[in-house]
Amino acid sequence: MPSLIDLTLEGRKIGQYGPWPRVAVDASVWTFAASELAHGRWSLLGLWGEPATVHMAIMDEQTAEIAVVSLDCPDRTFPSVGRHHPPALRLERTINDLFGLSAHGSPDARAWLDHNRWGVRFPLGGRIDALPKAAPYRFLAAEGDGLHQIAVGPVHAGIIEPGHFRFSASGETVVRLEQRLGYVHKGIDALLAGANLARGVQLAGRVSGDSTVAYAYAFSRAAEVALGLAVPDRAAFLRALLAELERLANHLGDIGAICNDASFALMHAHCGVLRESVLRASGAAFGHRLMRDIIVPGGVSRDIGDGEAETIQITLDNIRLRFPALVELYDNTASLQDRTVDTGMLKPSLARQYAAGGYVGRASGRSFDARRTLAYPPYDSLRFDVPVLNEGDVNARIWIRIREVEQSLSLIDQILSGLPKGPTRTEVPLEREAREGMAIVEGFRGDILVWLRLRNGLIETCHMRDPSWFQWPLLEAVIENNIVADFPLCNKSFNCSYSGHDL
Amino acid sequence: MRKLLFESVFRPPLTERAPSPDDAAVAELATALGQAARKRLGRSLSIREVDAGSCNGCELEIHALNNAYYDIERFGLRFVASPRHADVLMVTGPVTKNMRDALERTYHATPNPKWVVAVGDCARNGGCFAGSYAVVGGVSEVVPVDLHIPGCPPAPIAMLQGLLALLESADASAVKS
Repeated sequence: MPSLIDLTLEGRKIGQYGPWPRVAVDASVWTFAASELAHGRWSLLGLWGEPATVHMAIMDEQTAEIAVVSLDCPDRTFPSVGRHHPPALRLERTINDLFGLSAHGSPDARAWLDHNRWGVRFPLGGRIDALPKAAPYRFLAAEGDGLHQIAVGPVHAGIIEPGHFRFSASGETVVRLEQRLGYVHKGIDALLAGANLARGVQLAGRVSGDSTVAYAYAFSRAAEVALGLAVPDRAAFLRALLAELERLANHLGDIGAICNDASFALMHAHCGVLRESVLRASGAAFGHRLMRDIIVPGGVSRDIGDGEAETIQITLDNIRLRFPALVELYDNTASLQDRTVDTGMLKPSLARQYAAGGYVGRASGRSFDARRTLAYPPYDSLRFDVPVLNEGDVNARIWIRIREVEQSLSLIDQILSGLPKGPTRTEVPLEREAREGMAIVEGFRGDILVWLRLRNGLIETCHMRDPSWFQWPLLEAVIENNIVADFPLCNKSFNCSYSGHDL
Repeated sequence: MRKLLFESVFRPPLTERAPSPDDAAVAELATALGQAARKRLGRSLSIREVDAGSCNGCELEIHALNNAYYDIERFGLRFVASPRHADVLMVTGPVTKNMRDALERTYHATPNPKWVVAVGDCARNGGCFAGSYAVVGGVSEVVPVDLHIPGCPPAPIAMLQGLLALLESADASAVKS
């Protein structure tokens, strides 16, 4: 069995992102990598385009080695990875929509983000006029006696983001769910091209509002890797503080919201109060409830004093006091457990195949957590557990969140007590020649990958991959043979980002 | 569960006092609403939230309006599941080209009289996404807007101020007519 290092030796090395190389390969090595992905020897971390090149980030889960392989596409096509490895399918459709590079041999050539409303095709590639009339989107067929379709969205019943779900149901039971996304595509990749770092990190922080800290974190780290910049210790600790507060707020909100989708409003009300307390402490400490625009390339834009640290500590103490009763309530309410246990089962093999990150992967036996596996600072010097379960149902995804709330509380304690003194920001140097960087950061939802190339202090090209890319397709799989009424539960237990996916 | 419910009888409520309506929002409304009659609606308003392209930051803070601290329902404001039940559309985000049609259709599905509240900086003019090939711009490019609540995202208290101003202003115009 070849290692990732053997593979990268086959190509011409172009870049190095810390320990991770990028190599240019030919079509045969590209296809070989795709078949290794299909055999489960490596995991797909990302697949993205440039006007005449495609890039693929892969990881060996055994050794945590990561590499980027790049293939030039002079004839505007590349060998499909998706035909061997389905997790790549939507990414390939997106590359075609944005750059006009088609995946040769792909079993699914339908447009994905492009709904033929932009007035232009291939906006990041050759830019040609849009088709005069949009062809209707062909949903996959589901055939059988008594099947009916339920079309939901893009405008949903709750206060959530837009997307379309097409259910084929037999009575109450879902036979097939197919998603159609792309409604909130804002063209962020195009806005980033030519932007300076300040605007870049502003946009990164607005890719998915619930992960604004994690995106700014990943973007800044990628830029720092490109520029060979080390941030001061205090900034590294403050970044982790921000990231853990974001994780805490989101997990608390999610635990309540999932229970609310089983009509158990009491959990929702109490978890909502705890979530609000985290947002208020964050607002008091950093001047913004969601902590937007605090992490910037070079460090953080705002420091905290003893008073702010105390505010956070008081909030944590209160959560420690109140949360256990809520966990007990969840665990001891049979009518609620009846809805969550065995509902929306994600098989560990699928989680592994899709390299599903976050609570989706960790509730189905995949232990990857970028904070642990890639151990970026300051997590290399902090103590924490990565909870993993194998059941893969809604209940397991709730329990992973509960355990991660406890871990985040402990991490914030360690960060506040060990916060180094010193500066919080370092000057970002201006580099004339092209510099590339890549970073992976663990957001509350899973691992966020950012890859970019800088030139003359400006962003030449930047790609951000949300964890939702590898979670959305799994939601289609887990809802099969569940009843329609359990879809909100399954959906909320995944809590995928529409905006982060649509970009 | 009984213990938690029992405790809530003795603990003081978390819910905060109502904020005074935001002056700027009131002024913006006075011109926007005009003499629109609203007698038959009474004081309660049903709100339909439409994400027309937001990053989901505004949605998080709109959700917060329902928590025990802000408890928006005590003002007779509640979120409903269909535009057909709504008096007010709260629209977030720069309107993306892929959502333009859905926003228009949601607006037309909302019975008259109706108001549109644009929430967040992007909803005014596209915010930091303005100029993209995939973005139309602010909400007012697609449907008429009565009130704009700025912020990225606006804090729940700012949204509450704006919505209360909408209520008061609508009441006042109902009395006048």
